[in-house]
Amino acid sequence: MRTGSKKFLLSKGLDEYFIGVYNAYKFIGRFFKEAFKAPFHFREIINQCFEIGLKALPLITLTGFITGIVFTKQSRPSLETFGATSWLPSLISIAILRALASLVTALICSGKVGSSIGAELGSMRVTEQIDAMEVSAINPFKFLVTTRVLATTITVPILALYCGFVALLGSFVNINAHEATSFISFFEHGFDTITFLDIFTSVTKSIFFGFTIGIVGCYKGYNASSGTVGVGRAANQAVVLSMFLVFIEEVVIVQVSNWIRLF
Amino acid sequence: MQSDNHNDIIDRDDAVISISGLYKSFGTLDVLKGIDLDVHKGENVAVLGRSGTGKSVLIKILVGLLKPDAGIVKVLGQEVDKLQGKELDALRLKIGFSFQNSALYDSMDVRRNLEFPLRMNFKSLTKKEIDIAVEEVLDAVGLLDKINQLPSDLSGGQKKRIGIARTLILKPEIMLYDEPTSGLDPITSVEINDLINDVQRRYHTSSIIITHDLTCAKVTANRVAILLDGAFLKVGTFDDVFATQEERIQSFFNYNFIT
Repeated sequence: MRTGSKKFLLSKGLDEYFIGVYNAYKFIGRFFKEAFKAPFHFREIINQCFEIGLKALPLITLTGFITGIVFTKQSRPSLETFGATSWLPSLISIAILRALASLVTALICSGKVGSSIGAELGSMRVTEQIDAMEVSAINPFKFLVTTRVLATTITVPILALYCGFVALLGSFVNINAHEATSFISFFEHGFDTITFLDIFTSVTKSIFFGFTIGIVGCYKGYNASSGTVGVGRAANQAVVLSMFLVFIEEVVIVQVSNWIRLF
Repeated sequence: MQSDNHNDIIDRDDAVISISGLYKSFGTLDVLKGIDLDVHKGENVAVLGRSGTGKSVLIKILVGLLKPDAGIVKVLGQEVDKLQGKELDALRLKIGFSFQNSALYDSMDVRRNLEFPLRMNFKSLTKKEIDIAVEEVLDAVGLLDKINQLPSDLSGGQKKRIGIARTLILKPEIMLYDEPTSGLDPITSVEINDLINDVQRRYHTSSIIITHDLTCAKVTANRVAILLDGAFLKVGTFDDVFATQEERIQSFFNYNFIT
């Protein structure tokens, strides 16, 4: 009995592409199905939040601080031309809180956390650890995927707010060195122009970014194959794809928030 | 031969695993081509065959990790491919699966590796009950002193033993061993063979042992089945199968003894 004859609907490449899209759609659907169904692995979610936060924190601190300094340095000459250096705190605050903090955090987490999730789950897949869970009557999707995606969705917005704060500190250090502006004055001016919608949009963006980084890393790792080469490929694809999706989401969410601002 | 000593615990009327007309293919490659096999209660059956002949595929179908293309696979009276969700989980709790590379969880020490399936499946167990169960199975595999070590600190043989202990903690009725002695030195292989026999005796399990190690098959199995070219060429006691004049079986045995 021959059971394995293979036919393609369109072509091998196109078939694989559409199957990939369908599988990703099913994977996301399964996440939402499992996320709201008991048992809830709260301890594992907290562990993962801690892991993710700890992994990314030093890099986010450094990058955020430098971003604040560099952005302030680059903006000063333009504002000096118009004698408007007093607007620096509000300009920097708008740029950081509306766009830079969430984007910088998402990019760092894509590289640091996305690759780590992809490699970890990929390695578990090729060494049969995921199969071992399954044969022990443990739902590996719920324990490994759901917890990690929820953890990134929770942690990335918190890291983004932290990144924003550190970047503003960096900016303050630079401004203070030039204009002797006080800490209180800097933040008063900075937050003058910030609205609730700015913070809300930034946090919403970060929630989407966190979800994307988690789900892409898990999808690539969970479906890894071909031994150690597959693990490397999963980690690499997790970074590339999540960064690409983060930029797409950034554009879409900024556009939507701009429409909201018009009303 | 140690397996002869265990023939008295086999119930020939009670098949715990029943496979008939099983087909499985991957793409254009037909791996299993209509195989039949019964494993009786208390019996150890070794499936011998060259690498890539579908031995591991067979036991993965038994635990529902892979779906058969055709045929009937019954484990403890239930058709595995018809089960889903909680029913499949309930059946899996009765089957122990020892992986070729042990598949221990890298991030957990030995204690947590063993606790994990218990904690996840039996929420009502107290810490003391779990500790007792962990120490009991570690004692059974002779590695109680490794309880706080990480898998990366263990040798290949120790990993195999811990892998077996992790399945025993759920008190399975059936054990499936995937290449239990592959990659091990002869002395450690003998220890693993003894452990397989010990598990059969102590836990009254029925087992399928996937191997290409003739010594392992001879020492641990009540019956052996030779899987070549996707079909069982011969099923019987080791001596019966070894004595057969079938050319492909003889060449398999000769090749194994030479190497």
